[in-house]
Amino acid sequence: MAIISKGFSGRRTAGDEKLPPGQYITPDFPVLSAGPTPHVPLDQWEFTIDDGDKVLQRWDWKSFGDLPTETLTVDIHCVTRWSKFGTTWEGVSLDTLLANVKTDASYALAHSYGGYTTNLPLEDLRNKQAWIAFKYENEDLAPEHGGPARLLVPHHYLWKSAKWVHGITLMHQDKPGFWERLGYHNYGDPWREQRYWGD
Amino acid sequence: MWHVGKVIALSDETATARTINLEVLDWPGHVAGQHVDVRLTAPDGYSAVRSYSIASGAHSEGRVEITVERLPNGEVSPYLTQELAVGDRLELRGPIGGWFVWRSHQTEPIQLIAGGSGIVPLMAMIRSRASAGSAAPFRLLYSVREQEAVFYREELRALTNNDEGVSLTYAYTRVAPKDWPRPPGRIDTTLITNATWPSNIGATCYVCGPTSFVEIASSFLIASGHSPDKIRTERFGPTGDRK
Repeated sequence: MAIISKGFSGRRTAGDEKLPPGQYITPDFPVLSAGPTPHVPLDQWEFTIDDGDKVLQRWDWKSFGDLPTETLTVDIHCVTRWSKFGTTWEGVSLDTLLANVKTDASYALAHSYGGYTTNLPLEDLRNKQAWIAFKYENEDLAPEHGGPARLLVPHHYLWKSAKWVHGITLMHQDKPGFWERLGYHNYGDPWREQRYWGD
Repeated sequence: MWHVGKVIALSDETATARTINLEVLDWPGHVAGQHVDVRLTAPDGYSAVRSYSIASGAHSEGRVEITVERLPNGEVSPYLTQELAVGDRLELRGPIGGWFVWRSHQTEPIQLIAGGSGIVPLMAMIRSRASAGSAAPFRLLYSVREQEAVFYREELRALTNNDEGVSLTYAYTRVAPKDWPRPPGRIDTTLITNATWPSNIGATCYVCGPTSFVEIASSFLIASGHSPDKIRTERFGPTGDRK
């Protein structure tokens, strides 16, 4: 039974079906990161896909830039309860990056410059659901938002969209990432409001 | 799981910030630096939730204190800072977060850097240090607009006067007190070098404030030799980052 705060009316968003439960809309793009923003020079940047033992695919900034890109407009949802509608990104689809990778792994751990990690079922990275994004609203992705490139998995809370992404490790067994070990939900579906452990 | 908190005291820190002291009988306890979700429900059932840093130290059994800054266009903070009364009840969930925390078994030097209301979780660390009887040496650099915007002023004065293990440097951005050695202005590398631990002693650094402040402060720490993996950050909105 909820506790009623008389005199509280709030600022509601009239029945917006695009807004997951417990979220509010912001025109801002707040920044939340656990540590300092890494600054990765493009001539040292690389993105790899590995199986835990060996690197299966490797791109530097130039070869990554030769891959076909996609432009997408998506809504993003942060576990701290803000959602932002209609954000436009340019990036390379994980379908493209995984196209030549033979694997029977079921899970993936994205890892970033600066040491951040986050885990996802591999199937959540396939089928037009995930990108390595390097442009936001037609501009190079700013370092505080994850530039040069970040993972973008908009059907999960945004902590799964690892900033400063450096690579993806394919795994047979799931392994919780940084926030997933520190109290946040292992899967993080905004529509099921999977914010914290136990949700 | 949501807990019920009963407001047992309210006190204004500044013209726009209020400390709310809650009694939460089934509170599981927290460590310094964690936050709590606060849920308000309107008479028609509409509810809104926001996260607030916990200001009270660990070992404050059954008590949770938060300090809320009123945001000009906020949905929840105007109610919490203007309408809420002693005796009212709120719903709380938490504690949340396990990264931006200080635990009393940490013995290494600690550098705290606060921008504005970013002092709140750092105050929880200072209070936890005191209540645990910790000897870990703490330094706090507190950047604030002007004296009137300082939170917990008397308590900080008492703590730093009575305990040489905690030192405090204020940096004023708009108006400095009379005869203050440093003119008002944003933090800079000289200030970071003078007011923080030398980088070679292995301090853990906690930086909390608005995004732009945290970006600048942590980049100065790195430039002065601190290791990025010893710097923990907590950023909060609103941002000016409108795109």
